[in-house]
Order: sequence, then C-alpha cells, then structure tokens
Amino acid sequence: MGKVIVVTSGKGGVGKTTSTAALGAALARAGENVVVVDFDVGLRNLDLVMGAERRVVYDLINVVQGVVKLPQALIRDKRIETLFLLPASQTRDKDALTEDGVGRVIAELRTKFDWVICDSPAGIERGATLAMRFADAAVIVANSEVSSVRDSDRIIGLLDSKTVKAERGERMEKHLLITRFDSARAARGEMLAIEDVLEILSVPLLGIIPESEAVLRASNLGTPVTICSSDSAPARAYTAAARRLAGEDIEMTIPTDKKGFFNKLFGRRAA
Amino acid sequence: MNLFGFFRPPASAPVARERLQILLEYERKLGSQVDLFAVLREEILEVVSRHVNVDPDKVQVTVDRGPKFSTLAVDIEIPNSGGRIRASA
Repeated sequence: MGKVIVVTSGKGGVGKTTSTAALGAALARAGENVVVVDFDVGLRNLDLVMGAERRVVYDLINVVQGVVKLPQALIRDKRIETLFLLPASQTRDKDALTEDGVGRVIAELRTKFDWVICDSPAGIERGATLAMRFADAAVIVANSEVSSVRDSDRIIGLLDSKTVKAERGERMEKHLLITRFDSARAARGEMLAIEDVLEILSVPLLGIIPESEAVLRASNLGTPVTICSSDSAPARAYTAAARRLAGEDIEMTIPTDKKGFFNKLFGRRAA
Repeated sequence: MNLFGFFRPPASAPVARERLQILLEYERKLGSQVDLFAVLREEILEVVSRHVNVDPDKVQVTVDRGPKFSTLAVDIEIPNSGGRIRASA
C-alpha cells in the first residue's frame, strides 16, 4: 500500500506546488511509482509546473463523480514513466469534491502507487482540509518569515485534529520543509533563523531549499526542478528531502549553487 | 548584449510566455462555448459503440493542445472475441 502525503502550508505562495512537483519527480526518478494530485479546484497549477497543461482531459472531480475511471484521468509524465499527475478541475465548483468521493479516489490511488502526493490549496477551507483528510504524513512548506510560520502553526493544528488519522487517535507524521531560504539574509539576521522556526513549530526538519533562479526557470519550462537542473542547489536539496521522506538518514545541509568560472571572477556584475 | 550570455542556458521566459498563451487561449474559451474535443470524443465513441461493445474502462483519450493545432486521440480497445459485431439491419 502506498503512502499518502499532503503538501500544505496555510499561506499561499510559499512553494507548495513547486515542492510537490520536485519531491514527486525525485521519488519517481529513484524508481518509485508516484502520483501527484492537485487539490486546488478552480486555481490548478500543478499541471503547469509539471508541463502537462496541454494534455489535461479529465480531472479529480470527474473521477470523484464517476464520469471516468481513475486510469483514464491520470496523465503520465513525458520524462519519467513512473510519474503521474491527477489534475484538479479548473471550471467546476470546489463543492463538487465530497469527502466520500475523495476518500474512494485516495484509497484506489494507494493500491496503484508507492506515493500519493497531494498538493493542497492555500487557506484552511474545504479544499485544504480535504487534501489533508486521508494523509498518512504531511509536508508543511514554510518560509522563514513571520506570517508563514504563523499559518504553518494553524495548519499543524488542523493536521492534529481534522484528519482521519488524528480522529483515530493516531499521531500525524509531520515534516517541515523550509523553502526560499536565503543564507546571506539569515546570516545578517534579516530572516528568522532555521533553529527559531523549528523551536516555534516543533516539527522535525525535512529539508532547507535555498532561494534560487533555478526554481523560476523550472516552472517557466514546465519541468520539476529536480529533473530540469538536477545539479542546482534547490534540486539537490529537494532530492535529499525526498530521500529523508522515504526514511533515509541524510545529513542536513543547505546546498549552494556552484558559480561558474566567469561568475566567480566577476561576481554579480557578470550575472 | 551580455558578453557572458553565451555561457548561460537559453532564457526560459519565452517558453513560459508561449505556454501561457496556448493555455489561456484555451481556458478563456471554456464555459463560453462548446468544448469541440468533448463533442468529438462523445460522438466517436457513439459511432464505435454502434458496431462493437466498448468497455468504457478500455477507452483512453489523450489530447495535446499546441500553438497551431491540437491533436485528439481516442484509443479504444476492441476485443477480438468479446466485441461482437452488431448487425445494423
């Protein structure tokens, strides 16, 4: 049986979709069978970040409502054949997602894949609570910034009360993924330090993803950053995070982008 | 002209621009007019079903929306034995 992961944050724009695509691609490239599921009804973007936007025919709501069978709605990645996408509906009302329906789809995905990674919408409304409802574990995506940390705390509260696992009295497995981290600014004391965020939220750290132009480039091209530029700092950080998620014990580092010879020589002027 | 541009990968923004143009042109039409692909898909299936038994689970529909043209593929698995031919007369 596969493991269901929700990628969530409360706050928007912190990197949930980027992280879903990057973690999913990293796991799939390691040979795992992975499906990434977009729960952002009406504002889907995982298809765009995965580069599958031209190929969407059916979506999660079509499957929930029984219009099509699950295999017909799954879109296979063109680069990694063990990676699939289940898109969200762009036109339907989010109320079309019922808890029972989502539960059935998640249960079926669990039997077909090693990893079911659910990309949650921002906020704490129905879409977000449905995305986390059937999860075995959560990846909480946060930036080292006050509003993001506050919203993460709110989401942790929901994970510990509104999920099936929590209602059964089981402990929800939670991982903190810090994204858009700027080491230089953190060193100058302009960003919350990682230790401070960890202390405030008391959730174990899954990884630290450095701020990098490689992430923007990857979404421009519609390729998860872990495939697009696998040597880049964020790709290495995501790949390590994916391995930790799979239970490997890997030393925590903050990768840095290797500067080219000319960039090194001329610093920012050449950049 | 950046002297060092030669050493860097080609810009990604033009790709993003083209992808968005194709996507938004399609999405803006959604809801306001009939989805041609949905109509074609249904009618193709209807025609095929007239002659053979089609298992809805053995139908795979794929599309690829491009800048100049789009493609629609309806892949229907027709069993050699099970799909009996229906007499039309």
